[in-house]
Amino acid sequence: MSSFNFVLFTIIGTGAVTWLSRIMPFVILKKFKLSAGVVEFLSFVPIAIMSALWFENLFVQHIGQLPSIEWGNLLASIPSIVSAIIWKNLLVIVIVGVISLGVLRLLLGV
Amino acid sequence: MNDELTIPSGAKETLPTVFGYIGIGIAFGIVGKASGLSPLLVTLMSIITYAGSAQFVIVSMLVTHSPMLSIIFSVFLVNSRMILMSTTLAPYFKRESLLKNVLVGTLLTDESFALGMNKLNYTAGRLNFSWFNTANVISYLTWIISSLVGAVLGNFISNPEKYGLDFALVAMFIGLLYLQLISDKSIKFELQLTVVGFVLVAIYLGLIFIPSSLLILLVTLVACTFGVVMKHVVF
Repeated sequence: MSSFNFVLFTIIGTGAVTWLSRIMPFVILKKFKLSAGVVEFLSFVPIAIMSALWFENLFVQHIGQLPSIEWGNLLASIPSIVSAIIWKNLLVIVIVGVISLGVLRLLLGV
Repeated sequence: MNDELTIPSGAKETLPTVFGYIGIGIAFGIVGKASGLSPLLVTLMSIITYAGSAQFVIVSMLVTHSPMLSIIFSVFLVNSRMILMSTTLAPYFKRESLLKNVLVGTLLTDESFALGMNKLNYTAGRLNFSWFNTANVISYLTWIISSLVGAVLGNFISNPEKYGLDFALVAMFIGLLYLQLISDKSIKFELQLTVVGFVLVAIYLGLIFIPSSLLILLVTLVACTFGVVMKHVVF
């Protein structure tokens, strides 16, 4: 592992770019108003980002080839979805999901 | 969830997501420790960078001795989706002071964003600083403490994946997505499902040739465009 200072400066640098990505829109939009077209575009951001973050975890990337399937995450997603439909409670969904993957890894070694 | 935008309701509604941060935070601490970072650096990264999945990217790039600038650039790419989320969120805080806007942005996460978007469906499209900041601060503190705990536990456990903890984050996105789908009445349910299906195909095909650091952002941009087009042409 690299030196303490190297890691520290890396942390500060990555922190700075992340912070700017987080706050700049707030600062800029304090003065400007978004057009109706942009607002409509942005209305799709929540479902698009959430499903993208989920689906990305279902595959393993091999640049230049079709991705392979991350069976553990794919199979554990099923009880998570079912519990979402039944209980509509985030806490229950997370617990069911984690236990499902833990059990799957134990039984199938996925 | 209800229409109350207070500190207690913020705390109560953030609680379920806390378990996601605990699972991933501990996993991050263990991975960081196993990769040779001291508990101090693990905790500092969670305090200063505070970027969930990107922190795993930093650790893996540190292990391979990548140049500092390429680590910073990768993290920028991974987190550039924050720009989209902040842009979506900012209009709801227009009446609050600039300082409060910056505070909300500073501690914004995928989960607090998703939680806020869910909340909008119960408050007739309103959000405020007290509620959102409560969600943010609880998430931030939980993340810092969990990663510290993980780094200390790392002395005893080397393989966090064995326990399925890494799935906490994925399960959280599944839950938040489902809750968003059933409660967001501003976009037709069929259209939302179509966009989700589009995202699945785009992620699958995108993985062939787009580096995963850029994929989330690109797919989100294309899927939003797709959604707008479908809304006008079909739905």
